[in-house]
Amino acid sequence: MTILDVRNLSVDYETEQGTLRALRDVSFTIEDNKIVGVVGESGCGKSTLISSIINLLANNAVLSSGEIIFQGKDIVRLSEDEMRDILGVGVSIIFQDPMQTHNPVLTVGRQMMDIQYRDKTSKEKKKEAAIDMLRVVGIPDPESRLSQYPHEFSGGMRQRIAIAMALMVKPSLLIADEPTTALDATLEVQIIEKLRELQGKINCSILFISHHLGVIAELCDEVIVMYAGEIVEHGDVRDVFHNARHPYTQALFACDPGRIKEKSKNLPTIKGSIPNLIDLPSGCIFKHRCTQRISVCDTSPAMHRVSEKQQAKCHLLTQGKN
Amino acid sequence: MIMKQNNELQLIIKHFFRNILGVAGFLIVMLMVLSAIFADFIVPYDPIALNIKERLQGPSFSHLLGTDQLGRDIFSRMVMGSRVALQVALPTVFGAVSIGFVLGMIAGFGPKWLDNAIILLLDTLRSFPTVMFALAVVALVGPSLETVIFIIIVTSIPTYGRVVRTQTLSIKSSEFILAEKSMGSSTARILLVHILPNIFGPIAVLSAMEIPTIIGLEAGLSFLGMGVRPPTPSWGSLLNEGYTLIRNTPWLLIAGGVPLIITTLGFTFLGETLRDAVDPKLRKRN
Amino acid sequence: MLGYIIKRLSLAVLIIVFAITLLFVMIHSIPGDPVSTMLGPRATPELKASLEERMGLNEPLPVQIAYFFTNAITGNLGTDVFTNRPVTSIIGEQLSYTLMLIFASISWSALLGIFLGCYSAIKRNTISDKILAVLSVSFIATPSFVVSLYSLLFFSVYLGWLPAIGAGDSDDLWDQLIHLVLPAFSIGLSWVGYIARLVRASMLEIMSENHIRTARAFGLPRRWVIYRYALRLAILPTITVIGVGMGFLLSAAVFAEIVFSRPGLGKLVIDSITTRNYPVVMGSVLLSTIIFVVSTTLSDIINAMLDPRIGRQL
Repeated sequence: MTILDVRNLSVDYETEQGTLRALRDVSFTIEDNKIVGVVGESGCGKSTLISSIINLLANNAVLSSGEIIFQGKDIVRLSEDEMRDILGVGVSIIFQDPMQTHNPVLTVGRQMMDIQYRDKTSKEKKKEAAIDMLRVVGIPDPESRLSQYPHEFSGGMRQRIAIAMALMVKPSLLIADEPTTALDATLEVQIIEKLRELQGKINCSILFISHHLGVIAELCDEVIVMYAGEIVEHGDVRDVFHNARHPYTQALFACDPGRIKEKSKNLPTIKGSIPNLIDLPSGCIFKHRCTQRISVCDTSPAMHRVSEKQQAKCHLLTQGKN
Repeated sequence: MIMKQNNELQLIIKHFFRNILGVAGFLIVMLMVLSAIFADFIVPYDPIALNIKERLQGPSFSHLLGTDQLGRDIFSRMVMGSRVALQVALPTVFGAVSIGFVLGMIAGFGPKWLDNAIILLLDTLRSFPTVMFALAVVALVGPSLETVIFIIIVTSIPTYGRVVRTQTLSIKSSEFILAEKSMGSSTARILLVHILPNIFGPIAVLSAMEIPTIIGLEAGLSFLGMGVRPPTPSWGSLLNEGYTLIRNTPWLLIAGGVPLIITTLGFTFLGETLRDAVDPKLRKRN
Repeated sequence: MLGYIIKRLSLAVLIIVFAITLLFVMIHSIPGDPVSTMLGPRATPELKASLEERMGLNEPLPVQIAYFFTNAITGNLGTDVFTNRPVTSIIGEQLSYTLMLIFASISWSALLGIFLGCYSAIKRNTISDKILAVLSVSFIATPSFVVSLYSLLFFSVYLGWLPAIGAGDSDDLWDQLIHLVLPAFSIGLSWVGYIARLVRASMLEIMSENHIRTARAFGLPRRWVIYRYALRLAILPTITVIGVGMGFLLSAAVFAEIVFSRPGLGKLVIDSITTRNYPVVMGSVLLSTIIFVVSTTLSDIINAMLDPRIGRQL
């Protein structure tokens, strides 16, 4: 069953320089119990995508078209009150920066109990639930730490608390926005393992945002590759990782330090930079940096289904050359 | 999430609105300065000439705001009052800024112990409740225009001193000054060429914001009879006379209070607009 | 935390000592001698000498200061020139009136200011926000004694709703409260504007922080997000400002006490200046300075205790 269905989502930001077209015609679905990774450089629209899904876009953002169907309801059309029946119930989120994700003047226990405000259980029960959850994510001595403030925990601990809070509400969809970026590599592995273990326990889907290809490969069932506000490739993790069809995905893999076999002094990079999203070039969004550019690239390519589980947005696929 | 909104119109309204206040403030300040300068030509009567026969008259064509207990023309006294307000405001701002500047610079550039000593001095000066301090001084030397100026200078030094010190410290440690130093520029050069212009903006804004406080304080002390000596017409002394005759001649209170309120508002609006203009970050944030 | 409190308290003591010394130095560096000013035209050499001796003014300056400190610690600020009563007890009688006025003013202005600040922040950039912004600035800019005068003129003299003078019957609480309304309104008004602006700015800053996004992402009720999650942080700068506000209110109270003929520290000082009762003036000024320093220190300490981040850092 489909848990989240994003259809033709476009989001603009009104800036002083003009309209910045942050997301353009983004469509994908997330099925029950699946972990979907989203990968892309900074500025590719990952954060805007998340903000749209939880209906917390910035004030200058305009959702110019599209639908976001979550459990049969179009989030775009929900009021703030109606949205509250989804946030912290069906959807919960782990944010990127664990150091700023919690309220600094409320104890961790208070914050964990506050998010259970919908449950009609007693205060003691809520406290127990919080303690249990902290224990599950591996916080030692959770009973006493409940009365501590966020700044008394390390970054890794705080991210565990964030995970505990996000999972405590037993969501059907968990959004994880680069949950390990701010942490060091050892912690990253631990957090990823914890996430996978817990996902199996509570049977939720996860939308996992990362720019770390290794983590995506490790954790996810599907991967969405985004570039400059568009989805350029989407498919089963194994298919995409073994047989990337979009030149951008290929370049991304070529630059991944984890995948470079031979020793070389310089890390490879993709030449050029992301196009200006205020003044969009016509045609394929990646054409300026693409090494396989052909004349037809001046027109916009459509999403092309290359197999049952993989699709990419490149003219080469329809030209039959790739 | 907003589906479509007209940001442009809001922006224009916002800027227009803020500018209206700024322009109004500027006009009020100009009006006040001009009336202070040309007071001698504006006033229909000698503001300190007694005319007991016509005492305590209500507003009329010959006396726009009536006359006081001693038969003096209130309108003339009101116009002259702007001169006293400026006579206090200008030297105090100048004095406090100069001393604050020197102290702040020394604190920012000097050795740690000197910095601490100056901070302690500024904190001490700041720890007196202004009016109480003023009353103590007046009790000692008696009320006069010079006393008021002295009091206000002393109590507003800390405001400027602290700002100058903070700015000096932040500029001193900024990269371009470090680069200058490494290239062998002297401290004096750095002071003159880089720090002075950088501090000027914030100080100008601060001064514009301080002037209403100063004018208010002068009027307040004169109201208490602890400021400008009679028969000099100050808005504060007008208010004082109005207060003693509150049940008979409310126009005295109007003549002293309204120009005072308008002037403080004018300087404040001007200062606010100035601050936003100097600090574009602030303009964006609001 | 304890270290911070000790540090802050010792700084306060240092500043008070400095302030007293400064006052003394000032008295002695000012041209002319205070005794002549005090005695005015009545001054005869004999009278001057006796007064100087009584006040210890014939001793060298450091001795005078040391003398004053040792006395001040024991609560002795000298005696009234006319009645020979201890200055401390004269001031003590008046102080409660001033403190009552200040607390009443800061309470209503803080409550209303915080509410208006929150309201403006939530209604950011709407017409009501803009009107409130202009009102706030106007309140701040208008000298409090003019507000006192005009509210006296309008509410007491013109409308006759509220009593014009005095502090009310000391046995009748209701009467005292009625007499407190206009003075507290007059000197609190500018603080409404001040606090509203401060709270608005700090609310807007806090509301854009990541942890507020987290609270909203969990669908917490709007009220909780605003009052429990944002205001609790946004209010911290206000506490510091209220401490500083005490000093301004001590000044403003002087005017309110004169305008409404209320007993209090300010009225005492003015009356004492008129009667050249020099020890009472100096005692009152010192006491108000001490109150000011103590209140700023206390608000800093309370701030540190409420903000767990500061408490741990220091």
